[in-house]
Amino acid sequence: MNNYDKLLKDLAPRKFKKLGVIWTSLLIIIIILGIVAYIDQLIKGQVVTNMRDYSLWGIYISNFVFFVATSFVGSVAVAILRLTHKTWRTPLVRIAEIITLASIIMAGITIMIDMARPDRLLNLFIYARLQSPITWDVIIIPTYIVISFLLLYFPLIPDLAILKNHFKEKSPFLSKWYGKLSLNWTGSEAQKAIQTKSVKIVAIMIIPVGLILQTIDAWLFSTTYRVGWNSTNMGAYFISGAFVAGIGALVVVVYILRRTYHLENYITDLHFDKIGRLLTLACLTYLYFNINEYLIPAFTASVEEEIHLRSLFTGHYAPLFWAVTIGGLIIPIIVLIFKKGRKPLPMFIIGMLVVLGSWWKRYIIVTSTLLHPFLPIQGVPESWHHYFPSLHEWLITFATLAMALLIITILVRYLPIIPIQRTADEQEELKTNKTTKS
Amino acid sequence: MENKNTSSRRKFLDKGLKLGIVTAIGGIGLSKIISKLNAKTENSSHDKMELMTTDGTLIQVDSTEVITIEHPTEHNAKYNIREGFANRKFVMVVDLAKCKNALSCQSACNKHHYITGDNAWLKVYKMQESKDTAPYWMPTTCQHCDQPACVTVCPVDATFKRRDGLVLIDNTRCIGCRFCMAACPYSTRVFNWSEPDQGEITLNMDMGDHAQKSSPDHGGVPSVKGTVDKCDFCPHSVDKGELPHCVTACPNGVFYFGDKYEDTVTNGDETVRLSKLLEDKSGYRLMEGLGTEPSVYYLPPVDRLVDFEDGLEDYTEFQSVAKPE
Repeated sequence: MNNYDKLLKDLAPRKFKKLGVIWTSLLIIIIILGIVAYIDQLIKGQVVTNMRDYSLWGIYISNFVFFVATSFVGSVAVAILRLTHKTWRTPLVRIAEIITLASIIMAGITIMIDMARPDRLLNLFIYARLQSPITWDVIIIPTYIVISFLLLYFPLIPDLAILKNHFKEKSPFLSKWYGKLSLNWTGSEAQKAIQTKSVKIVAIMIIPVGLILQTIDAWLFSTTYRVGWNSTNMGAYFISGAFVAGIGALVVVVYILRRTYHLENYITDLHFDKIGRLLTLACLTYLYFNINEYLIPAFTASVEEEIHLRSLFTGHYAPLFWAVTIGGLIIPIIVLIFKKGRKPLPMFIIGMLVVLGSWWKRYIIVTSTLLHPFLPIQGVPESWHHYFPSLHEWLITFATLAMALLIITILVRYLPIIPIQRTADEQEELKTNKTTKS
Repeated sequence: MENKNTSSRRKFLDKGLKLGIVTAIGGIGLSKIISKLNAKTENSSHDKMELMTTDGTLIQVDSTEVITIEHPTEHNAKYNIREGFANRKFVMVVDLAKCKNALSCQSACNKHHYITGDNAWLKVYKMQESKDTAPYWMPTTCQHCDQPACVTVCPVDATFKRRDGLVLIDNTRCIGCRFCMAACPYSTRVFNWSEPDQGEITLNMDMGDHAQKSSPDHGGVPSVKGTVDKCDFCPHSVDKGELPHCVTACPNGVFYFGDKYEDTVTNGDETVRLSKLLEDKSGYRLMEGLGTEPSVYYLPPVDRLVDFEDGLEDYTEFQSVAKPE
């Protein structure tokens, strides 16, 4: 039982210290600035953005695609590792589930920010047409939000019951809420059976739904005639890209939480090593699809395609394109194949590179294509020939990123970031194994 | 041995049963068909009538089969904005040999649709396929495709295809996602990024009188912030028996407008057979390879009446649409 108390002491939610308070306030300030900018956008119209008739989608859409991509971590890190019985996943799954939920909620909000008439949101249901990829998105995103919420909630129930008891004296208010949310969990065999089964069903469901979500996201682009989007490679390319972005985000968040909460005993070098290997696999897969997407088309490029590829390889987008490809993909692969590269700190740096690379990669995918239509861009102001986000767009985008981080922060504040019950069970198992062996 | 016996007996029973069912069903079916056939022969009175089908072929029908119906009321049917004009199919032909970038079409279009944004709906492109081929002026409107990419991707049916060939926008329904603009390969759609300042239209709206209810039939009256606009082929003019504004405004007779079913198009001065015009002058459509099936045909810029250079006088990289005073 001693062991159990230590677990609780280490893993139970704790009040923010000074740093936590500063961090949270900073996020809230960024969010308020974004909301102000958004209200201005609502009043004046999207003229406050730098999007125009040619660059008709911009940073909102690329940011949306980024959020959708990071939410894939729930499907990969949680569900797939679960189905393959990888026990090292235990201290990482809850963090992955939290990232998934935060990202997919923000994806839903971000896509609405891009809508010029959010007041007509209900039209999407009243006049829904099933052939439009947007309708597919309207169906799949709420589905994924529900499933990723359940994937976080079901395994959490035993821990909530533990916390209810833990906070009984310290904070009756919190204890009451943990009690309500734990749904009268007593840990009886019958309850355990139901819970195990529920978790299993959700963990299996999130895999196909996650794959569908990423693919629909790709189809938003590949169902148009645009050069650079109209590619059969797009679905697989987006799935592999989401694999990278999701694991990258997981590494970053895990590292930061491990440092701030001193979880070195629970999240060890071994875990970083394992997840580093997974990230290498993800990056290699993504590299493969990148070659399919950019290098091979160059051999048979039509005139339009050549203009597009040239703008990426040597033209306007070249610095960004190569920074993203080399910094966000090739360097991570090289570093991660060495064992030393999979230690916590290098992994953190690589994770940051990967996340940044993923974000800008989506910016390139969305914006570069739109500036190369079939008919030449003529008869519009000079500024319409280019695109770079306006102040409003940056403020709003940063606010959405801050909101995602705030959701993660709040969940981390009130939930045990490492499953307590499961860790205890596993330690117990390990002990009994040892005693029976010796 | 015994086992085998019982199993084979079972098999026999099983097969027998199935066969029985099949026969029973077959028998019932057969008797039905026979009774039907019998009924026909019994009822026929050997009185044949000769009738003409809509495509002109004569057919013989048993007189008992003929019943009188009421006159179709379709002709008087109320005009449905999403169905369009009954039995029409609008097309346009643009003769590139005649265009010298006079831009009258554009200013007429801007005026009648109260376009005040920076991107006109009707554009005259300065085109040159490759550096060895001759440059030419190419006016573009919405192509009103028969396989419209924009309509396919619209999530709310705000942009729609009518039976008379037009692709229109209901800007009271559009949610402003701009997917149609991304889908259109002809870059023909424009967006109201801010509240459009449409001069008298806006003024009328503000005054409250002459409450102009926006209709897909007359694009730009009024334009709505956060929605998509584009060339509408002027069904409001067609309704009055007039030609679209660009057609009448063009001093060089570049635009021909007409009905594919009637096989005639006119530029106001001359009326010609569409099929003959397209055949004689090798008409083509833009980006035929995409399979969008546009309703706008182009005649190649051959035997030009004017030099390309003449048009350069009017050419500017960009000139903002004349703003209302």
